[in-house]
Order: sequence, then C-alpha cells, then structure tokens
Amino acid sequence: MIESITLSLNEFAKYIIPLLLVGIPLYALSFKKVKVYEVFVVGAKDGFTIAVRIIPYLVAILVAVGMFRASGALDLLLQALTPVLTFVGFPPENLPLALMRPLSGSGSLGLLTDLVNQHGVDSMYSKIGATMFGSSETTFYVIAVYFGSVGVMRSRHAIPAGLFADFVGAIAAVFFCKLLLF
Amino acid sequence: MMNYVWFGMMLIGVVVGIFTGRIEAVTQAAIDMAKVSVEISIGLIGIMALWLGVMKIAEESGLISLIARGLRPIMVRLFPDVPADHPAMGSIVLNMSANMLGLGNAATPLGLKAMEELQELNPDKDTATDAMVMFLAINTSSVQFILPATVVALMGGVSSQIFIPTILATTCSTVAAIAAARFLQKRKRFALDTPPEKDQPVEADHD
Repeated sequence: MIESITLSLNEFAKYIIPLLLVGIPLYALSFKKVKVYEVFVVGAKDGFTIAVRIIPYLVAILVAVGMFRASGALDLLLQALTPVLTFVGFPPENLPLALMRPLSGSGSLGLLTDLVNQHGVDSMYSKIGATMFGSSETTFYVIAVYFGSVGVMRSRHAIPAGLFADFVGAIAAVFFCKLLLF
Repeated sequence: MMNYVWFGMMLIGVVVGIFTGRIEAVTQAAIDMAKVSVEISIGLIGIMALWLGVMKIAEESGLISLIARGLRPIMVRLFPDVPADHPAMGSIVLNMSANMLGLGNAATPLGLKAMEELQELNPDKDTATDAMVMFLAINTSSVQFILPATVVALMGGVSSQIFIPTILATTCSTVAAIAAARFLQKRKRFALDTPPEKDQPVEADHD
C-alpha cells in the first residue's frame, strides 16, 4: 500500500513543474487577461541581480565549510562522539552524514552513496541515512543564500534554530526507522 | 553568531589541518570552494529568472493572494509581525509548498522573493527579523512528501520504505524549528535591541 503511494507520488512529481509552467499562464491569460509574456520578462529580470548579489555571501560560507571539511576535523569529532552515541543507540555509522548534512549537499550525498555501497540498500544504515538525507536541507548554505540575497549580515538565532531542527530531525530519523523498519 | 561560526570553521580547519598533515588540502579546498560559489551563483541566474518570471504572472493574476488567503489562519500565527495581506505571506506559502513537494529549483527563487518582501518590513536592514528566522527555520526543516530524486535513484525500490519515516522525521524537525525560533527570539543573546544603542559597537553583543 505504502509502496504504491510512494511510487505514485514520485511519479506525480514529474508532472508538477511542467503543469505549473503551463497552468499559471493559462489561468492568468484566460481568467485575468494578464499579458503573460510581458509580465514574465519583467519578473525574470530580477533573476540576474539576486544571483549576483549572493556571490560574496556564498564565497564566505562555502570557503569556511570547505576548509573545515578538508582538514579532517569531522573525523576527530566522530571519534570523540562514538562512545556516547553507541550508548544512546544512535548508530555511529550514520553520524558522519548527520554532521555533514547541514554543511554540504554534495558532501552528504557522497556519504550516503558510500553507506549504500558498503552496507547495501537493505541495511539499516542506508535506510536511516536516506531518511536523514531527505529530512534536512543544507542549513548553512540556505542561511547564507537567503540572508545574502537581501544583505542581512546579523543572522541572530537563525543558525542555532536551524541546527537544533537538524539535530531533532537526525534523531527522529533514527527513531522512526528503527521503530517502523526493524 | 555568524561571525564566530564562520571564523571558527576556518580556524579549526587550519589548526586541525596542520596537525593531520592535510594543510595543503585545506588550502586547495578554500580556493576550490571560492570558485564553486561563483559557479553556483551564475548557474542560479537562469533558474531564478524562469521562476521569478512565472511567479510574476501568478502574482498579477491574483493567484498568489488567493493561495495565501486560504492559509491565513496558520500564517498569521507563525508570522505575527507580518501583515496578513502582505505579499510576503504569499511567497512564503509558495516556497513552503515547493519545499514539501521536493521542488528545490523552484523553492529557492520563491524563498528569495519572500526574503525580499520580508526585508521591506525590516526597520534594521542589516539584522534578521523574527519573521525571517522563523521562515528560514521552517524552510530548512521542511516536511517532505516527495523524496529527493537523488535518494530515489540511489535506493531504488527500497525508497518506498523510507517514505513514512521521512514524513515523520521532517514533521518532528519542523516542530522543533518553530519551537526553537519562538524560544530563542526572546533570549537576551538574540533579542532585537530596540531602540538601537548608538554609542555601542554594534557587533559586540548581538549577532
């Protein structure tokens, strides 16, 4: 049952974007007589300025994340945390992904691929990892891009709130996978 | 906060890099990532233009305010500082919907539009408002009804098994995000200082 729901939802996902691209202008044109082409161009103009405006913010955050990752600091953190995690029932194999997820999208996808290659798709580690991956965003990237686009420099509690949500999400992923799948 | 996180990551990177003998990799990462950042931004131009164009049509046709009106009861609770009929509400709703449906490409332009509209309401343009932080917190923890295409590609048929755990886990993280944003916005460390004190260095105690 669940299988068919998931499959049909992901099948449906294929049609969302084309339907929006056609559906919105159709509604605007037929019900409101909006000059769709002209209005589109006016809106699209902002794309360039916004994309360029985020460059300095993105450089700042991605360089720092890159240096942190390349140094191997995550491995050290991992070694320190493993005994605690084993004690509370959090699989240490899934910790690198949980730590990487807020920092880097490509990095965490790499770690998930690694889990699948090492343990197979049917393993608990892969399923927990895939759930974690799908459950969160690259928090640091999103914060840098979103605030950068409007020039906000003081992010206040955005990072602690975002990281707390990631933390809860990772624990919930382990909990629900263990509860429902194993 | 961002000052410490940003500097801290670089400092840890350099110090650990020296001890692990990976200092060259750290240097290379800094240079590579600076390049990648620009490539990402430039790559965004086309997608941004596409979705902002379509959204402008949706806006002119009244479609956005129609959707926002339907969700008004929830939105005014989450964003009490934003007027109920402000265009930001519409953009926020659309960004959230795009996120729930796993439409990352569409979500970013909509989200940036929402930020622009929230910034119009911001008295201190350098500093995030409560509404902005709430929006970002919900955004990064978003409930997912459609699994990322990369996960489906990787997991194959098994991906259907993680559908329910993903919805449950993201529901937990969204609730946590809302609670954390609500709780932290009142803390002294993060509170907005109104009126701004002119004689104090601004970076000193609220970041």
